[in-house]
Amino acid sequence: MKIAVCIKQVPTREWQPRLNDQKTWVREQDASYEMNEPDAYALEESLRLREQHGGEVVVCSAGPARVQQVIREALARGADRALHVEDDALGAADAFTAAAALEPAMREEQFDLILTGLQSDDQGHAQFGPVLAEKLGVPHSTIIMEVQIDEAAGSLKVKRELEGGWFQYVTMPSPALLTIQSGINQLRYATLKGIMAAKKKEIRKVAPPAGLASRLTVTALYVPQKAKQTVMIGGSPAEAAAELVRRLREEARVL
Amino acid sequence: MILVIAEQRNDKLNRASWEAVVAAQQLAGEGIPVKVAVLGQGVSTAASELAQAEVAEVITVEHEALASYTSDAFVQAAAGLVTATAPAHVVFAHTYQTRDFAPALAARLDRALVTDVIGLKVAEGRPLFARPMFQGKLLADVALGGPAPHLVTVQIGAFRADTVQKGPAPAPVTSATATIDPGTVRQTPEAPFQEAKQAVDLSQAERIVAVGRGIKTQENIAVAQQLADAFGAELAASRPICDNGWLPMERQIGSSGQTVAPKLYVAVGISGAIQHLVGMKGSRTIVAINKDADAPIFEVADYGIAGDLFDVAPALIAELKK
Ligand SMILES: Cc1cc2nc3c(=O)[nH]c(=O)nc-3n(C[C@H](O)[C@H](O)[C@H](O)COP(=O)(O)OP(=O)(O)OC[C@H]3O[C@@H](n4cnc5c(N)ncnc54)[C@H](O)[C@@H]3O)c2cc1C
Ligand SMILES: Cc1cc2nc3c(=O)[nH]c(=O)nc-3n(C[C@H](O)[C@H](O)[C@H](O)COP(=O)(O)OP(=O)(O)OC[C@H]3O[C@@H](n4cnc5c(N)ncnc54)[C@H](O)[C@@H]3O)c2cc1C
Repeated sequence: MKIAVCIKQVPTREWQPRLNDQKTWVREQDASYEMNEPDAYALEESLRLREQHGGEVVVCSAGPARVQQVIREALARGADRALHVEDDALGAADAFTAAAALEPAMREEQFDLILTGLQSDDQGHAQFGPVLAEKLGVPHSTIIMEVQIDEAAGSLKVKRELEGGWFQYVTMPSPALLTIQSGINQLRYATLKGIMAAKKKEIRKVAPPAGLASRLTVTALYVPQKAKQTVMIGGSPAEAAAELVRRLREEARVL
Repeated sequence: MILVIAEQRNDKLNRASWEAVVAAQQLAGEGIPVKVAVLGQGVSTAASELAQAEVAEVITVEHEALASYTSDAFVQAAAGLVTATAPAHVVFAHTYQTRDFAPALAARLDRALVTDVIGLKVAEGRPLFARPMFQGKLLADVALGGPAPHLVTVQIGAFRADTVQKGPAPAPVTSATATIDPGTVRQTPEAPFQEAKQAVDLSQAERIVAVGRGIKTQENIAVAQQLADAFGAELAASRPICDNGWLPMERQIGSSGQTVAPKLYVAVGISGAIQHLVGMKGSRTIVAINKDADAPIFEVADYGIAGDLFDVAPALIAELKK
């Protein structure tokens, strides 16, 4: 099986975003980066499927040179090789642009299965997977919590998460694209051996197709205004604890 | 014209569809008609319910291939309808079903899509859509380019269903034919199900202490348990805690977990992502403890302590034991 896993590099969750001078985007130069969390689960799932069915796992990522960090990490965790669509000029492109950037190179590879995360931790458009599937002409299913492959039948059966604790099984022919939900498996981390081996693995750089332009433009980025009057309780931990308990007893009457 | 694509299952309307109608009414302003479409097979109850809204028309799109949801059939039916009706905007509620097919629909139509919108503005004659970015730490105003229609999904809870404008008389319900080639529907769905009945029903708890990723390690869950015990509360968690297997799934609060409304909800080391908030914001009194004073959880909290939970929790346990 030839499995693609699409991985996005995002600012770490701890990072406090700071705005650029135009207040239209964040100061990317200040950010530290990590692998988008659902993508780590998608990577783990692809490695498990390779263990069961053989084949190879190819990491696909679009973005500026800095995304090599997460590509290396994915290779260290066990992916076989990588495809990097690199362009420093595209900036904060939308999900359509990212999918369009990756589509030609991914089409050429003729993957049997493509896994993506269900949404990114930074922009969070939750669009890239279904858009890429549509562009490639393959069926898709989203928010997946289990993947079973029937190689003989050329099909797969997946467990879709629905709202409020409901699930549903869906069967479809391969090749197909699935967007993976966090928690589908337990993650493994890179070993020293994996990190050493990753250094020798191939990262193929590809230029994006010409003429890509984002249709979504951020005209302003800002800190949301607080609507609710939250009573913020200060002081030392002991003082704050005493004041909170007093208010919960006397004001809110919930204790 | 603005077209809303409503959602139903077994002819039961998804409540979030009303919120999409509200967003469409706001976007339309005066003079621009709003129409609502319902896709499925046997959707007359949902359609007549929607006809109560102040809209120009409710359009049913029925086909046996739409009886159970699949992205392939819904993309085809919606693409046909959008092409035939040529709206300026198409509005959906940002449900799991919308997430599954709206991006593919946008790609099929080759039109712009903005997701998870929480507010609308107009600047220089064109609409701007406010949506969260960076886990809700920031909001972005987004303008959409390229030809109409532009597709818009609205975050659950962002537009209040009870502000929907009702019409003086029910709107006309018409039907449009869907052309779906069953041979092109590649997904075969099975019936939705729930995992084995949950042993703990958190919806009955009077007090809940919920722990998030700020707890850092599995060993530290004990700290949260002690805090819950001191409050006489059930222990619950955000999704990452359950994903890691530190607490069972049945203790997860949020859109993919349980929805609760206790007298007291204490969120400890939880950032306040929308998928968590929808499961708990109906709680009567909400307390948030977070070391980041700007964390979105404080937006819904009645009382907040901006501090390190490893200092605050022991102090609270000691205070409650007094
Ligand atoms: C050449 C190029 C350069 C770019 N440079 C920048 C930049 O400097 N700064 C910036 O902020 N953005 C940049 N982007 C855009 C950004 O990387 C995202 O691709 C885009 O915003 C996707 O939207 P999203 O995060 O909301 O995706 P969602 O639809 O929320 O993501 C869902 C899933 O799609 C997959 N995915 C999304 N984006 C990518 C990607 N780029 N590569 C691989 N898989 C992906 C992941 O599996 C993810 O979990 C660039 C894009 C391209 C193509
Ligand atoms: C389709 C979908 C469904 C989802 N369903 C759910 C759901 O049902 N329930 C759910 O919860 N999530 C759900 N999520 C995930 C959700 O988007 C968030 O990722 C998740 O809620 C974040 O959990 P968290 O707040 O614990 O972690 P984080 O967002 O990482 O926040 C951790 C917080 O802890 C604080 N902190 C760190 N250290 C300390 C300390 N020492 N003292 C005090 N505070 C500290 C940080 O400041 C931060 O605010 C879903 C996501 C998707 C896309």
